[in-house]
Amino acid sequence: MSLITTLARLEAVRTGRAQPAATVRHRHLSDRPLVFVPLITAGEAGAPLGALVGTDRDAPRLLVVPQPRDRDLRFAFLAELAGVVLPHIEAYADSVEPAERTETDPETGKRVKVEVDLCADAAQLIVPSRAGVDFVRLLGRSMRFRRTTEQDPETPHPAPPRVPLLGRWLTHYGERARVPGSSLLLAMTDLLGRHWATGQSTLEDQHLGALLAWIAPGDEGPTGAEAARRAELARDADGQLLCPPAGPATDPAFDNKLLAPAIERYDRARTALAAAEDGVEADDRLGAVTAAEREVRALVESRTRPTWDAVWRGLDLLRELPAGAHVEDRWTRDRWSFTSHRDRVLAGEPPQPRRDDAVTAANKLATREREQARLEAQEALDDPLVMAGRRLAGEAFAGEVIDVVMAYSESKRPSPRPLVTVRTDDRPHLGERVKVHRSLGGRPQAAEFVAQEDEGVLVLRIVDRMGRGKEPEAGSVPEKGDRVCFTLFEHEQRGGAKLPDPEGTPWTHGGPPGETAAVPEAADAQTEEDVL
Amino acid sequence: MTAETTAAPAAPVLDPGAEAARATAAILHDTLHGAERGVVVDSPPGAGKSTLVVRAALELAEAGRPLMVVAQTNAQVDDLVLRLAEKNPDLPVGRLHSSDADPYDKALDGLENVRTSAKAADLAGQAVVLSTAAKWAHVKVDEPWRHAIVDEAYQMRSDSLLAVAGLFERALFVGDPGQLDPFATVGSEQWAGLSHDPSASAVTTLLAHNPTLPQHRLPVSWRLPASAAPLVSDAFYPYTPFRSGTGHGDRRLAFSVASDGSGPDQVIDEAARSGWGLLELPPRHTPRTDPEAVRAVASVVRRLLDRRGAATSERAPEPVLLTADRVAVGTAHRDQAAAIRAALADVGVTEVTVDTANRLQGREYDVTVVLHPLSGRPDATAFHLETGRLCVLASRHRHACVVVCRAGVDELLDDYPSTEPVQLGTPVKFPDGWEANHAVLAHLAEHRVPWRP
Repeated sequence: MSLITTLARLEAVRTGRAQPAATVRHRHLSDRPLVFVPLITAGEAGAPLGALVGTDRDAPRLLVVPQPRDRDLRFAFLAELAGVVLPHIEAYADSVEPAERTETDPETGKRVKVEVDLCADAAQLIVPSRAGVDFVRLLGRSMRFRRTTEQDPETPHPAPPRVPLLGRWLTHYGERARVPGSSLLLAMTDLLGRHWATGQSTLEDQHLGALLAWIAPGDEGPTGAEAARRAELARDADGQLLCPPAGPATDPAFDNKLLAPAIERYDRARTALAAAEDGVEADDRLGAVTAAEREVRALVESRTRPTWDAVWRGLDLLRELPAGAHVEDRWTRDRWSFTSHRDRVLAGEPPQPRRDDAVTAANKLATREREQARLEAQEALDDPLVMAGRRLAGEAFAGEVIDVVMAYSESKRPSPRPLVTVRTDDRPHLGERVKVHRSLGGRPQAAEFVAQEDEGVLVLRIVDRMGRGKEPEAGSVPEKGDRVCFTLFEHEQRGGAKLPDPEGTPWTHGGPPGETAAVPEAADAQTEEDVL
Repeated sequence: MTAETTAAPAAPVLDPGAEAARATAAILHDTLHGAERGVVVDSPPGAGKSTLVVRAALELAEAGRPLMVVAQTNAQVDDLVLRLAEKNPDLPVGRLHSSDADPYDKALDGLENVRTSAKAADLAGQAVVLSTAAKWAHVKVDEPWRHAIVDEAYQMRSDSLLAVAGLFERALFVGDPGQLDPFATVGSEQWAGLSHDPSASAVTTLLAHNPTLPQHRLPVSWRLPASAAPLVSDAFYPYTPFRSGTGHGDRRLAFSVASDGSGPDQVIDEAARSGWGLLELPPRHTPRTDPEAVRAVASVVRRLLDRRGAATSERAPEPVLLTADRVAVGTAHRDQAAAIRAALADVGVTEVTVDTANRLQGREYDVTVVLHPLSGRPDATAFHLETGRLCVLASRHRHACVVVCRAGVDELLDDYPSTEPVQLGTPVKFPDGWEANHAVLAHLAEHRVPWRP
């Protein structure tokens, strides 16, 4: 945790309210986000119990699995979920604009510009907490390898038509969520935690109710700490939590006292229906099944609705912040990611493999590290409060220019290398010839540290972005009296080296995945410890 | 291994020089004549890794095999170029560099047979071409090099080996398994347990896919004194022990100015006598840049220089004055290093190297002063417990190492046993940081001096 975050958290404890950790919004928020509040069955991670899903805060769609251990009902739930999520995604996938992309020409090997379609916008998915993101990933994994009868008429347990496709999309969203700064799939607790510092630990911040209690505890009344405690612990006369957990896990008291009996009644009603001997009896008993199912639905809704409302309240809070200058730029990357997955689906490519091969994994890691560095730089440039944190950490400094002396490089064609003296109260970790960077009209200009003249008086030599002439271009060199802010970190990230194609995986990494990957690996051998 | 087939089966050799020579001969034999595509060499701190790399490079060049050398930093590459040119000034060497300003050490320009360029094509025909892994990753070739040497292979990440492995047919991988593992700035748990986990070290991936490659070990540390080698070997290399190349009497550190009885002077005398010294400050939870500890480090360094130390070693017949360039300060964090630099400047010391463990890797000094990574901390995180961090800090010295630390680290360790999740398929690394920290602390406790200004 950085020093400024620690200070903000201490301040939050003292004032009883969360403190701003950002002055602008650092993530893209769609005008029509698809909010997804899932619940799962205790003890069976892959068994959904129900969900609220939709784009209208007043009219969420309630999906329920009245008996989560019944796989047919589970499939029905997934099919219904696909019926909500896929049309939403496809609406975005259909609206495109022309864009350019650089590709390597397979014949000449040269980099050429290609005209391609780019989706004008992308579908955004919002879940309440980080566990929700994991659940999206799990759902994706559980669905994408399923086969429908259309794909394979022989398949023993065919999935409903659109389920495998939903699995592929959810897998894509889950993977994209691992890219720093991406906004295709966001967890509300992460979003709020990025923009506010509460007086509790980051682990406690994963409780959406408690987190919101710190941020908006109400004008009068309890402090953030009291409100958070109430959100975490307060129970009604029946022992049920007033603020149910944001899921996907449910509270055991709810499971034991309310859910388990209701599911059992549903099971009994179904058994009775199956045993009905004539039509009249069946009609009656069907009514009982429907009533029992309605009861489970009401229970699921009662536990998801507060979370649903909390997510939208969080969105309201976030929308009050203006978007950071680079947010749009990062969202464009999300749109590229969305478009490329759309294209893979359209091209009839197989679902994402179970495991990444060596080249894919290395490429993903490189991309994410680059995006992490980009995000950190952009957030600091977009937001003075974030920059203040970097200044406090000695990674940037702001101050006033107190002197500018013109100087030139020692070469055949001397270029301007002006010496700029800056007075600052910050204490950057500068060493000899350390490069520093400032933003000049949105583009980075580099300087190198020359000397420290006095306490807080630094001499820098500007080294680029002054044009080609002997005299620097107007406005490209700071003037006496200017306020400047230099960072020790770079503002833009270089692209990494190109890795070989997966077919060209070298011997050090096991050679091309080819044949070995196609063969499913054998299960672990039986050992003496295996008792089951 | 093929070692037995070449070297005559000898009785246990007690002479460290002969022992090291035998290991080197076996390594060179496997590299030049072995059937496998790779050879892996584990080298403990100061065991002559660079010497081995230079020797292997010269022999491969002599055998007429075009050779590329991959190191991890520009400083390492420049150092190897200088050593190669020193050993064989006639060898045509290519230094491939980046297109940044000042990409390489200016000393290279004075070498007649060293050609420098930012383009690999300009260096075609040089017997040996050296560069960093990052630069090699951008090189495209039609025909791969016959041979490569990958230096500091344990500090190289698997994905950066992936980017360069297509450039060579066979390779010698050399590195120190006890130093800091490579790291990623984003989470990589997703790939944990895969044989090609891109965040693992290059050697881990290489051996996972090629388990039959010959693996060698350099058995003698020439840097660490007899007082340090057993501790470092036991604490950090429990299953691959090594010994020091010098005996207990071979190195001495003496000071011409007598002790004034203060804590720093006492700990300096203790370290000069025994090789280790622990200057213990009263227990306290502090910020990372603990002002008292920082000042204590600065005063130890100041006194080290003021007391005019003389280092006697096997390198020179006469004692050599302990100068500022032979002293280094090691820390865990960059802000700690910055604070110590500032404190040193306040007491008029500017020439002493102050750096983090990451940057001190591969460097060597007569005396090191270390701010213990866990000093003053309320908790022990995986970062602070990392085995490699402590190993680097405790193995940079030829004569003595002074550790400055708040009391209470042993209780802290007991409060925070390692809790890192065990990932299926990931080889467990021994020893874990918790155990190594305890081993070092237990040894340091015997050389404890309480802080007194």
